[in-house]
Amino acid sequence: MIEIKDLHKSYKMGTNSLHVLKGINFKVEDGELVAIMGSSGSGKSTLLNILGMLDGADSGEYTLDGVPIKNLSETKAAQYRNKFLGFIFQSFNLINYKSAAENVALPLYYQKVPRKERQEKAMQYLERVGLKPWADHLPSELSGGQKQRVAIARAMAAEPKVLLADEPTGALDSKTSYEVMDLIQKINDEGNTILVVTHEEDIAHMCKRIVHLKDGVIVEDKKVEQVRAEQYV
Amino acid sequence: MWLFDRDLWIEIFHTLGKNMFRTFLTMLGVIFAMIILVLLLGSANGMSNGFNKIFAGTASNSLFVWGQSTSEPYKGFERGRRINYKLEDAEILKRQIPEIEVLAPRIELADHRGTVSVYRNGQTSGSAVYGDFPEIDNITKKKLVEGRFLNQTDIEDSKKVCVIGEETYKLLFEKGEKAMGQEIRINGVYFTVVGIYKPNNNINIDGENAVFIPFSTFQKAFNSGDRMGWMAIAVEENTPVPFVESQIKSILKTKYDIHPDDERAIGSFDMSEIFNNITAFTTVLQGFSFFVGIFTLLAGVIAISNILLITVKERTQEIGVRRALGATPVIVKRQIVVEAIVLTAFAGLVGFAVAVGILSIMNAMWGSGDNFPFVKPMISIPQFVVSFILMVGLSVLIGLLPANRAVRIKPIDALREE
Repeated sequence: MIEIKDLHKSYKMGTNSLHVLKGINFKVEDGELVAIMGSSGSGKSTLLNILGMLDGADSGEYTLDGVPIKNLSETKAAQYRNKFLGFIFQSFNLINYKSAAENVALPLYYQKVPRKERQEKAMQYLERVGLKPWADHLPSELSGGQKQRVAIARAMAAEPKVLLADEPTGALDSKTSYEVMDLIQKINDEGNTILVVTHEEDIAHMCKRIVHLKDGVIVEDKKVEQVRAEQYV
Repeated sequence: MWLFDRDLWIEIFHTLGKNMFRTFLTMLGVIFAMIILVLLLGSANGMSNGFNKIFAGTASNSLFVWGQSTSEPYKGFERGRRINYKLEDAEILKRQIPEIEVLAPRIELADHRGTVSVYRNGQTSGSAVYGDFPEIDNITKKKLVEGRFLNQTDIEDSKKVCVIGEETYKLLFEKGEKAMGQEIRINGVYFTVVGIYKPNNNINIDGENAVFIPFSTFQKAFNSGDRMGWMAIAVEENTPVPFVESQIKSILKTKYDIHPDDERAIGSFDMSEIFNNITAFTTVLQGFSFFVGIFTLLAGVIAISNILLITVKERTQEIGVRRALGATPVIVKRQIVVEAIVLTAFAGLVGFAVAVGILSIMNAMWGSGDNFPFVKPMISIPQFVVSFILMVGLSVLIGLLPANRAVRIKPIDALREE
């Protein structure tokens, strides 16, 4: 599904150049649930941004579902993001003046899905995350966990190839975190490929594979026995 | 065609509607600008209409010619010779100058602008007394309060009838007294009143206190022979009055042996000159109003652009999310430009409605134009259409500024900003 070869990325900070990713080689198969771990500054967010086509790499190859991702124009990148990727953010990033259902329907709007179908799909995904009764609520009327579930529904609504979650539990208490992880595990059980960036050990162990990043290189890449979040809920 | 995409509009009205206060503040500048523009244009139009009303009833393309005294000796005549025209001059001029449409000869009982005493039942009025042809009504229209003006039968039969001014009526009659059919006495001759006219407040050629009698009656009653005091002349619409004026003068100068360079012997007054001046004035006024209004509007639209710039900054995260979810730069740009257009257009219409309301009130209060030139202040449909198109055009250009700013935001930066 995802294949990365010798990926490099550096940021210019004034006259200095900060080498963040120093040759990443990495492969994700279909249906995997991968945790990307590392302390802050390890390059995990940069990696996720590149995977999410929000940022470009300096050198190296990136193939997503057989499509080479290289030198994308803004427009092409937006289209690929819409088609291939679903984003889940630490701070949810819901649009605060749109209801839960409208938030979920937004990626479908950019896919030019007809209105009625959009609304139906949005309701369907809200139901999957257990928030159908909250469809008309604004984000401000939802709890943190509910917001993240709306965000997950939104990420899934466009039926992407890969879900990218950047610290999805970073802003949540542990009980809510486990609820969200439970949802992510269940989505993964259905065969969706998910990448989770996290710095929390317990969250990482709820994935099936942990990739450890340190100073811009992968120091460890191991399959783990998945801890089901269900038991903590 | 994306413009008719229902989803785009739902998205835009949603965005604007969910931020009512911000939307309202943004529009305020354009609302006021539109009010100012419409009020300025409307008032200028009202003024133009007001002047037109003053000229209503006066043929604008006309001139008046009368005799004065020579200022140059010529062909053995001394200077200071009084020029008196003859009635035949009217026929000669009409025959020789085809551009003359109407020529109404007139004779006065006293000197030019002088008065004579008019009597009735012991009451006296010092009035101007004119012998006129009915054609004069085509050049300076009399507003009749009662009765009729002189007609052709009056001339043919030399009827002893007269049309008097309202001022004359007030001096000769008691308030509310019936004047029609009553007789008044001028130089020992009795005339029956057949009409009373209301003086035109604004253009006053004949004076407010005047008595009009048929030219032929005048000749017989006061023994004026074939003398003629002055001529009111209406010129064909597309002929410049000065052109006809100089022809008339040269014919008359030859006939009455006046020195060709004598400027004083023949008195004349070109009505079109005043009319053209005022038309030029109101045109300049309208142009100026439009100019000022459009710049005010520009300022209003720039205010919208400014606030959109601020809101783009405020919406950085939202725009970042939208782009992460697949909004292409074109979609983001389009949304902001269309927001600018919708805001401007709606604000413009609101401002227009308010201004039209104010103009209607102004019209109700002062729009009759009785005391000063101000009639029906309102903007015309072409003026509205032009300002509206200009306004929307400006908003497109100016909406591009915040739109480009929005597109320059990288989704990654937008999402990082908390």
